[in-house]
Amino acid sequence: MSPGVFGRLTDAPASLLLAGVRVIDPSDVTDAIRDLAIHEGRFVDHAPADAERVGGHGLIAAPGFCDLHVHLRDPGDPATETIETGARAAAKGGFTTICAMPNTDPPLDRPELVTALRERAAATACRIRAIGAATLGRRGERVADLGGMIGAGAIGFSDDGTAIPTDDLARSILSVLANLSVPLIEHAEDAALAGAGVMRAGPNASRLGLVGWPPEAEWTIVERDLALAEETGAHLHLTHLSTAPSVKAVRNAKARGVNVTCDVTPHHLALTDAWVAGSRRFAWEQPEDGDVRIAYDGACRVNPPLASREDALALLAGLADGTIDAIATDHAPHPLERQLVPFEEAAPGLIGLETALSLGLAAVAGGALELPILLAALSTRPATIIGESRSLAIGAPADLVVFNPTANWRMHADSLASASSNTPLLGRELPGVVRLTVAGGRVTYRL
Amino acid sequence: MTVQAPSRTWSQRHLLDVDGLSRAEIETILDLAVEMREARASRAYRSLLAAETVGLAFYEPSTRTRVSFELAAKALGAMTVDLRIAGSSMVKGESLVDTLRTLERTGVTMLVLRHPAAGAPHLAARTTGMHVLNGGDGTHAHPTQALLDALTLREAFGSLDGRTVVIVGDVAHSRVARSNLHALRVLGARVRVSGPQRWIEELQRWPGVEVTTTLAEALDGADAVMALRVQRERATGEGISLDEFIRDWRLDESRMSLANPEAFILHPGPTNEGVELTAALANGPQSLIGRQVENGVPVRMAVMALLTGAA
Repeated sequence: MSPGVFGRLTDAPASLLLAGVRVIDPSDVTDAIRDLAIHEGRFVDHAPADAERVGGHGLIAAPGFCDLHVHLRDPGDPATETIETGARAAAKGGFTTICAMPNTDPPLDRPELVTALRERAAATACRIRAIGAATLGRRGERVADLGGMIGAGAIGFSDDGTAIPTDDLARSILSVLANLSVPLIEHAEDAALAGAGVMRAGPNASRLGLVGWPPEAEWTIVERDLALAEETGAHLHLTHLSTAPSVKAVRNAKARGVNVTCDVTPHHLALTDAWVAGSRRFAWEQPEDGDVRIAYDGACRVNPPLASREDALALLAGLADGTIDAIATDHAPHPLERQLVPFEEAAPGLIGLETALSLGLAAVAGGALELPILLAALSTRPATIIGESRSLAIGAPADLVVFNPTANWRMHADSLASASSNTPLLGRELPGVVRLTVAGGRVTYRL
Repeated sequence: MTVQAPSRTWSQRHLLDVDGLSRAEIETILDLAVEMREARASRAYRSLLAAETVGLAFYEPSTRTRVSFELAAKALGAMTVDLRIAGSSMVKGESLVDTLRTLERTGVTMLVLRHPAAGAPHLAARTTGMHVLNGGDGTHAHPTQALLDALTLREAFGSLDGRTVVIVGDVAHSRVARSNLHALRVLGARVRVSGPQRWIEELQRWPGVEVTTTLAEALDGADAVMALRVQRERATGEGISLDEFIRDWRLDESRMSLANPEAFILHPGPTNEGVELTAALANGPQSLIGRQVENGVPVRMAVMALLTGAA
């Protein structure tokens, strides 16, 4: 596969005519083969005569993807990922917006740091929105200057990596946010219950002799936060849900009108705790004996840990019925040497920007997910959560991804735009190749 | 005189776990171990592994297992090198993978690894070209211990088919128990575990393992009882007092009367005499503890010979 070409948000707007492309737009439930024209940053009725014509046969055009959960290691660890490489990985994955988590070094906990990120990100291959730290230094002690950071452009707050540790601090933050229009993005995990757990508790952990992470470490914080969101009226966004009880709690809370949204990662939908034991079967595939490679791959360590198959199926069901709003990658680059260690010492997290669409399409091919839901969960639904819009209608800003849903690609470390390659999917053949990404009318990636 | 060992069907390059071994493979190892015991006395295979260099990397203190591996390698003519972990690269902060790759470059062809982290041998197998022999990894596995236990029991019983073997103690944190659970079941035995609630509860979900909550229940109809070593610090850390353990779980002669007559006693060693079992029992006629130690070298000789394709 050729490396593809990246553009920038500051490039000149493109004039393009995509001819005969399958247009799937969740914003108005479109699914039709037609032409799509872009000019001066917007979708237009007719492209000018000198517009570049791109054949769309066999390709799908959808609104540009929006990722609510990305780790750029910049500032702090630029060898692992920078704002630039992260933005390129995003554009290559079909994303036109990514939300950067604040656990950089130093953490993004002040208005001037939010402004600095915006300025540095202005000329990259993807719109980068800032998530501010909810507490000063992410220490979980004092509430950060949330209003000031919103003024500088923050779209939400999170101490991701950990939950807001105490009930009263969580209530304080949600009370402040109740009068502002941005969410608390919560990494729901009770540190005491999680203990030294390194993989999901259950038969696989027991057999492997690894310390188990119990599901109640997640859903107890989910229940707490839902109660506080209900009490304060603030917008709570629960990120990377990984357990069936959490999905059920959110479903019930939404039914009673709590202001809650949530996301799930592609890896919690597709991979299971059996991957730590060496399996490489997706959650929707029947587990079988004899498909086991060498176990304990550090690239399978992630927090929250890969779930049981039953949980993964509950997450897919939650996505289908709208309980789960969005797919967010939790793209977490790490250097190889931090995962080429015994499993319990591996840095938790995997990269996701360049595989999110492919894992989703694998789920669609496996009958576990419907294509319109996948595309809505990657584009319109998360965009709405942070106040962006996505539409392929005439006159709307031109944010789109064009991909070949049936072409396969094999994942190699040197073919990735990300500066890191930590994922157990390396070497695997996956469906779905992004051919074109357009953000605000600018071509940010093209194959 | 040096003779060639008869060739056998064997395809594995590493021994990381017993979970992946079939009954036929385990029987192959045990049969070869019997042969190795005789060969060791006659020095028949003293050059079988002359081309191999065995590296002993013990990241946890061990005397008996390390010595057993070293003697096994030497009995087959391999060169051995013992890493002094405490004084070497661990202190300098070199990663495990870097240390092992260095070992490989210096000529080590077979690695015996003991490590506190579960899965460390799998990492070694994935990142180096050496044969990897798991000498005990965290709370995961201790394959050669399970194999020598299996040999000891097979010789005591003739066959494990239909025999009831009870494992008593901290099963949840025991790599010896995990490996034995698989090996004994594959060889046809019924396996029962028992011990303080916290040490056995997760075993409820293991297929084919019978969990009993009292020693009396566990010993009823038992043909052999394996006591696990109690880690005193772990016990007290988990609210299990030594006095309580001794009161409810220590094996003694009167308790053994609940088992089948002449039921055997095993212990992976080293024993805390008076804690897991009485000294009288450990040294009595039903004890196979000495045989376990004796079988360690031939079992490890057999495994080394099979992994390299020499046997």
